[in-house]
Amino acid sequence: MLIKNLSLITSLLLSLFSAQVLAMPEIQRWQSDNGAKVMYVHANGLPMLDVRVVFDAGSARDDGLSGLAALTNGLLAEGAGGLTAQVLAEQFESVGAQLENDSLRDMAIVGVRSLTDQAYLDTALATLTTVLSQPDFNQPEFERELARMKVAVTARKQSPADIAEEAFYQALYGDHPYASPTGGTAESVEKITLEAIRAFYKKYYVASNALIVIVGAIDRAQAEAIVNRLSAGLAAGERAAPLPAVKPLAENTVIRIPYPSKQAHIFMGQPGMKRGDEDYFSLYMANHPFGGSGFASRLVETIREERGLAYSVYSYFSPMREAGPFIMGMQTRADQADQSVALLQAELEKYLTEGPAEKELADSISNVVGSFPLNLDGNAKLLGYLAMIGFYDLSDDYLQNFVEQIESVSVAAAKQAMARRIQPDRMVTVIVGDIATDQDKKAETLQE
Amino acid sequence: MRIYISLLVLTAFVLGAILFVFNNERTLHKEGEVQAHELANGMKIRVIENHRAPVVVSQIWYNVGGSAEHNGITGVSHVLEHMMFKGTTAYPAGKFSEIVAANGGKENAFTSKDYTAYFQQISSDKLAMCLRMEADRMRNLLLDEAEFLKEIEVVKEERRLRTDDKPSALLYERFNAMAYTNSPYRQPIIGWMEDLESMTIDDLRGWYRNWYAPNNATLVVVGDVKSEQVFKLAKEYFGALASVSLPVIKPRREVEQHGVQRLTMQLPAEIPTLIMGYKVPVLASAESPEEAYALEVLAGLLDGGESARLTRNLVRGQQLATSLGASYNLYARHSELFTFSVIPADGVSMEQLEAAIKQEIELIKATPPEQKELDRVIAQVLAASVYEQDSSFYRAMQIGILETLGLGWQAKDQYIEKIKAVSADQVQQVARKYLVDKQLSVAVLEPVTMAQTALETGRAASGDAHAY
Repeated sequence: MLIKNLSLITSLLLSLFSAQVLAMPEIQRWQSDNGAKVMYVHANGLPMLDVRVVFDAGSARDDGLSGLAALTNGLLAEGAGGLTAQVLAEQFESVGAQLENDSLRDMAIVGVRSLTDQAYLDTALATLTTVLSQPDFNQPEFERELARMKVAVTARKQSPADIAEEAFYQALYGDHPYASPTGGTAESVEKITLEAIRAFYKKYYVASNALIVIVGAIDRAQAEAIVNRLSAGLAAGERAAPLPAVKPLAENTVIRIPYPSKQAHIFMGQPGMKRGDEDYFSLYMANHPFGGSGFASRLVETIREERGLAYSVYSYFSPMREAGPFIMGMQTRADQADQSVALLQAELEKYLTEGPAEKELADSISNVVGSFPLNLDGNAKLLGYLAMIGFYDLSDDYLQNFVEQIESVSVAAAKQAMARRIQPDRMVTVIVGDIATDQDKKAETLQE
Repeated sequence: MRIYISLLVLTAFVLGAILFVFNNERTLHKEGEVQAHELANGMKIRVIENHRAPVVVSQIWYNVGGSAEHNGITGVSHVLEHMMFKGTTAYPAGKFSEIVAANGGKENAFTSKDYTAYFQQISSDKLAMCLRMEADRMRNLLLDEAEFLKEIEVVKEERRLRTDDKPSALLYERFNAMAYTNSPYRQPIIGWMEDLESMTIDDLRGWYRNWYAPNNATLVVVGDVKSEQVFKLAKEYFGALASVSLPVIKPRREVEQHGVQRLTMQLPAEIPTLIMGYKVPVLASAESPEEAYALEVLAGLLDGGESARLTRNLVRGQQLATSLGASYNLYARHSELFTFSVIPADGVSMEQLEAAIKQEIELIKATPPEQKELDRVIAQVLAASVYEQDSSFYRAMQIGILETLGLGWQAKDQYIEKIKAVSADQVQQVARKYLVDKQLSVAVLEPVTMAQTALETGRAASGDAHAY
């Protein structure tokens, strides 16, 4: 019952570009007595509640056994507290509650969306607590879910996009834990054991490694009660150790994978930045007019609007606990692949040299600032933001300061950050499609 | 972007009614309710006030989509959707998107079987700007040939991405073309590649002239607005546009089927897939609406979550399937397919799977579903009707679909009561009447390994990555 009130942020009224007024959510934080971090926002509009528990237990913790984190997460609701998967699912669904679970590279997520009607909410939370703190990890369910995972691994081989993405991450991250796919590989799934699952759960699904996020129409006392209930079954444990730093790429790498598809899938990039990176806002705004603003971006203009080469072309930074990737991506008819790679390369080099034009950056700032309220106009969106802020240890005033941070990015800052962080001569390029391989090209040269 | 929606899976659990307005101190008398208005030129305006955030979603729905097309011009509705961003005299190519972006908005469009829709999500004080530009492109689109020749290449890439290189999508496309005999639902929304290759700017000009008019459009606005103000703006911008005489589409009601129809596709792929579809009525085509709601409940019993029958019996119980889904679309113009899509567990044959699905269907026919199961479906529908209010975009979509199909927004208010009223006996009756071999089409994807394909095409594909 001991709740340590760490901080209390009062809501601010923020004047926005649009001249409209957006009330910032009041974030309340505390810690459960066994060490789980808590973030709570009271949202009174609808009689519903979202609870999301995030563990530092994504595939970055696979420790060489790719797919371990995902399978552990997926097995939680397949039997817990002696109740079968069927009974657990019936308990949730009989009150219209929706279980969410997911496993990414950094985060493992378990949560529920429920009505706040007391009887309904009690059932939903009791079931979530069971799933979270008493998973059974029985052999039959393990075998069944492992078999399903193997089919999913096989299914990825029929998707040129998945093949390209997997090769891209492998080349980008080498021996870093971000290299392997979250869903496992053909080799790794043969090695996962129930003992490894149990050990993984015991080590990482602990209060000290957890963040509990609550958004909905309940008051603080109710939120505290929910936290106590959810965390009580968790061991205190320890926070996961820091991940190793990502090494910069040593050289340029081009990977061509022949595949019988009509389109070639192209990924180009390199390690980008962390969450909370000091260049975050400069890089975010530098990328926006380049390939992050959809139809307003240079890449869409050059590749799609001027030449009709692709339906989808983009670039983005994906900040993570350690340096997430900077990615440029597109798909095009296979015979246009080499031309497209050259165009992406040329656009990047040009952009690194000249940076965004004044108007480009000004338009991007207007867009990001003006659309900010759209990112907070529902409980689900708010929940996602809070989980990100809490999980990555960002400051509580991240949302309050967001607009100001974006507006303060100058052309010079954007250009310099991009030039400092992106090395166009050391990129990973992956092309998957019905393309000539490097060996084919050599053979042609020899014949000439 | 420029999303094209091949199959909007809107099941009972995401498409329900909006009914609760709870203890929100900011609630106004009109908040949450649909306000309706018609302009003199026939354009429909629907507004929901929602003052949670100072933003608005604005959608224009045109009553035209893939099902209005005839063979030879398939995909024209979707290509026109792309061309709607290619400029008018007042706002040249790309300007619409540029202005919305610079004003902090998000915008896009989507095309489905029965509709084409354009939307903006933006600060609510920018609504007038959006409506002015939408009104402009409703009648003044340039449809420049040079722009078209580039954009049609983009659409072909979209088709390659969405369909040609996705074995399951390609199977689904051919499954529809096989299952329906004369219904326009046999045609792909994105169009056959040959139709895209032979499409001309004149096809688009004709389509635009015929269908883009106020009397074929519905404006839906949800957000921090006053309904009277929206009606006033709509009149200001759209009021002067003349209505047109709309083409009359022939009924093309699907002919009676006389036995099981089957299709097998050999594709370069890794995992087999099974699709089974039974021809069933939808709300707009059913002799009695109760049948459509009973089919909706049937879909919920079979596949409304992890505790529903198919997952319970086929994924967890007999472990014949790796993943599966049953879907039924209550809201469509023409009769639809009640569809089962299944990826088998390793080593399970298609015959086994088909027999197992049929066994589940026979079980429903023979034994009334338990009250507990029906209660679960109702609980999910009730909860979903609250959850969906968390998304203004989704609320606007519901209204847009219902209005465009001619069912009226009121249909969503009746939804919960109609679902509650469905009895176990009615569920059994629709299963016995429609989920029978005479109505069934089956498609199977037989993977041909990548190595075989490479051999056939004469390319030395080892599948290895060559890095340097």
